[in-house]
Amino acid sequence: MPAFVCMNALPFTIYVSFAGALLALAAGARSNSAARWIALITAVTSFALTLLAASTFVPSPGLQTIVDLPWIAELGIRYHLAADGISLTLLVLTGLAATAGVLFSWNIEHRVGEFFALYLALIGGVFGVFLSADAFTMFVFYEIAIVPKYFLIANWGSPATREHAAMKLVLYSFAGSALVLAGLLWANAAAVAHGAASSFSLNDLAAAATHFSRGEQIGLFALVFTGFAVLAGMFPFHTWAPTGHVAAPTAASMLLAGVVMKLGAYGCLRVALPLFPVGLSFWQPTIAALAIIGILYAGFIALVQDDFKFVIGYSSVSHMGFVLLGLAAANSTAVAGAVLQMFSHGVIAGLLFAVVGRMVYERTHTRQLADLRQLPLYRLLPFAALTFVLAGLASMGMPGFSGFPAELTILIGVWKTAPAWAIFAGGGILVAAAFTLRAIHVSFFGSTQLSAAAASASEPTHADAPHHYEPITLAEKSGAALLLAATVYIGLKPDVLLDWITPALQSPLMQAALKGGSL
Amino acid sequence: MNYTELFRAMLPEAVLVSGALVVLTIDLLFGRSRSFEKRLYTSVVVGCTTTIAAMYAVFSVGSLPSVFGGVLVLDTLATATRLGVLMLAWLTLTLAGSTARPRHPAEFVAIILFATSGFTLMAVAQQLLVAFVALELASLSLYILAGFDKSRPASAEAALKYYLFGGMAAAFLLFGFSLIYGLTGSIELPAIAAHIVRHGSSPLLAVALVMVLVAFGFKAAAAPFHLWAPDVYEGAPVSSAALIASASKLAGFTLFVRLLWPGFGPASGSVSSAVGVPGWLPIVACLSAASLLLGNFAALAQSNLRRLLAYSAIAHAGVMLLGVIAAGDAGNGPLFYYVFTYGIATVGAFGVIAVIERTTPCQRVTDLAGLHRRSPLLAGCLALYILSLAGIPPLAGFFGKFTVFAAALKLGGLAGPAGWLALLAIFLSAVALYYYLVILKQALVAAPCSATSTAAPSSRIAVPADAAIVLVFAAVVLVLLGLFPSLVLRIF
Repeated sequence: MPAFVCMNALPFTIYVSFAGALLALAAGARSNSAARWIALITAVTSFALTLLAASTFVPSPGLQTIVDLPWIAELGIRYHLAADGISLTLLVLTGLAATAGVLFSWNIEHRVGEFFALYLALIGGVFGVFLSADAFTMFVFYEIAIVPKYFLIANWGSPATREHAAMKLVLYSFAGSALVLAGLLWANAAAVAHGAASSFSLNDLAAAATHFSRGEQIGLFALVFTGFAVLAGMFPFHTWAPTGHVAAPTAASMLLAGVVMKLGAYGCLRVALPLFPVGLSFWQPTIAALAIIGILYAGFIALVQDDFKFVIGYSSVSHMGFVLLGLAAANSTAVAGAVLQMFSHGVIAGLLFAVVGRMVYERTHTRQLADLRQLPLYRLLPFAALTFVLAGLASMGMPGFSGFPAELTILIGVWKTAPAWAIFAGGGILVAAAFTLRAIHVSFFGSTQLSAAAASASEPTHADAPHHYEPITLAEKSGAALLLAATVYIGLKPDVLLDWITPALQSPLMQAALKGGSL
Repeated sequence: MNYTELFRAMLPEAVLVSGALVVLTIDLLFGRSRSFEKRLYTSVVVGCTTTIAAMYAVFSVGSLPSVFGGVLVLDTLATATRLGVLMLAWLTLTLAGSTARPRHPAEFVAIILFATSGFTLMAVAQQLLVAFVALELASLSLYILAGFDKSRPASAEAALKYYLFGGMAAAFLLFGFSLIYGLTGSIELPAIAAHIVRHGSSPLLAVALVMVLVAFGFKAAAAPFHLWAPDVYEGAPVSSAALIASASKLAGFTLFVRLLWPGFGPASGSVSSAVGVPGWLPIVACLSAASLLLGNFAALAQSNLRRLLAYSAIAHAGVMLLGVIAAGDAGNGPLFYYVFTYGIATVGAFGVIAVIERTTPCQRVTDLAGLHRRSPLLAGCLALYILSLAGIPPLAGFFGKFTVFAAALKLGGLAGPAGWLALLAIFLSAVALYYYLVILKQALVAAPCSATSTAAPSSRIAVPADAAIVLVFAAVVLVLLGLFPSLVLRIF
């Protein structure tokens, strides 16, 4: 029974993360490096656990239950953890991003224990969401993942904007989760009113929801989908994302863009779609329109940003638009592509933020493209330049990197539903290529010579700086290598993930949504 | 009429009153020559022992369906409330022992015990006269406690405001009770309910109900009867404010939910369909909506920490009133869980304020700046209390909200005002998170500032051992009840 045993390892990703958070907090009072090592060991352990489960995972339609215990009997709430190919994909992503994030925050010196405690608590919440098969359990983990973000950004973010950005981000997320909570409670009440026993299990709610009136389905879908989509950065609720990403410390940006935005998309896919298929078919054109607007609008904004990190922040919104569009298309191909894109964007966005926030900003102390243009960064930081070029290519959707199969699969799937959407979204890929190339050019290759003219033309504060920077550390190199390896591996062999994802979409629950949703 | 049974049922009250007398006697006989610290310490130790003995008495009495011809009732709600208020009083007393500086320590402790006996009596009253007497016993003690700090004019102002509002509310309540007696010819709740069922509603009954609800609104600090709350929270000594905000609220809600549902239940009307039926439920729904809106939005503008907590208390009262509305169908479990866990978080928050005030003043929110460096323990505990008040899982405040909203939405879904009220409360909790995060931003993020540099506010805060134990205990209870809410819910 090795496969069974290995699946049972998955819940320990949650417990290990929370235990690591407490240990890091305790150790941080004494020694900074102890807290760092605890965080690294915790992240690597949880990553290893997800890989262990993945190595023996047998894809099957439907969720494979791991733990199912009664929790709050009065309301029929169960502590129900389960996984399928979709959750496993995202669990591996979370482990990967968590490990890389620790490596890229190795240089944090201020309140180290608390930083890693909040970081690991956030990770634990994320693992919990991806493993939950009970809506209440999922919601609890979802909120646990929200609150640490405030403190991570407000404490360790960039001083000018961090308090505003942290508050904005958390209030947006919390308002979104309030919508979700309202939807879940309403669904529970409606299920009871239709004669079902009180339960928050996704399966039970879906079964009860088939008896709901059309109006209830439409209203509930709107509440739950919008609530989750706020966190996925859906236009017009995306404005928290760029400001939040820009103000956050590097590791938090990586997690926010890489993993937390996926929580929102995952919630849409796991809760809103299968529970309320009638609502989905009603709102489908609206969601698609918003997703396409998000792709293009955020892409054009990224094209004219002066701040390097804002370029990446808006590019995240643009790429997440593809995920939402894939969900809106509501057929197996598009949704499989959306899940692949979640993984791909999680890795690539982490990489981009790592280069911009950690490798470049912490050395040059500027994120303004106008300032960076003066510096011959490709010579001063060749490793950063190489990483950013590769990540940029991946982000543009070059074949050989994970972005290509993901966006291609989405577009093929979307074409099946509505060719016009695919054409607009295809335009988004061109915009993405434009803003990525501009960022690469201006930031790393803006100045081609190490001349005195360039130095004197720049700001006086930078005039004497740019001849030498602290070399890229081993921790940064290994983090970047890890993420690059992941994006190249999935780019060359997307079937590894698609073989997990596709069977998961064949489950009766998902099929109800995907059939009910096709135009 | 069985006097042994009556004595048995009122054993906790007897223990509390005897304890108060013992505190006074010891201080009178031995205290005069001792130092202030010793007198306070002795009084608090006796007081805490008394509350624990009273808890034991509550357990030993168990539940009795009807005592002394239906004057008292010892059902689940009564027992749970008695234990709840005793625990909250115990927390308050212990915190007072290491933080309060009342001029007359024995009297302070004794009056807290008298107030507590009023609370436990409120929990069991099933007859209008006993209810009124219990309420007044508690209220009079609280007026004194609010004004106990004679050195500060704010304390006197708080006491006077509280007294005037409370006296007016008591007058309304008494007038309402007398009308009900005149209408139904009885002061016992079951008889009143039976009479209303037989004779239906009447305009005079409506007047009486409104008068009762005025008093209820005052006790619950619900808008528009909330005006005393900010001033009392701000001006009263910290321990008194903690008691007023926690135990008094729990006892008040138990008393009124008993008056309203078993007593006036047949005249409740309905809020579960679009065309409501007239009765007291629509009025409570209006109070709830007003409290939610006013409390949450007024709290946004506060810069004084205690006034902020007061407005947040008004907002919480709105949710509790929603719990009262839902109690008819869902039982008292959700309401009790909510008010009890709210009380613990509030006592904890006031306890943190009290410990800080030992060294530096703590009135404005910015006085908390740098707390994480001045005392990590206080900052950590405060974070848990505030996040619980904000309703963040896995803390008890989250599940309290969850179960109250779930119960309210089951009253006809979105067909009636109850469901919409629940949605309003859910969305306002996102507004509330803002002002709670403002508190936590100061405590956990901001650096110690020296704007008020009279007493070196960046210095470390020494936390007395007993206060530390109580604060950690309260935090652990919040986490435990949040993770395992069935511990409380299954007794109902």
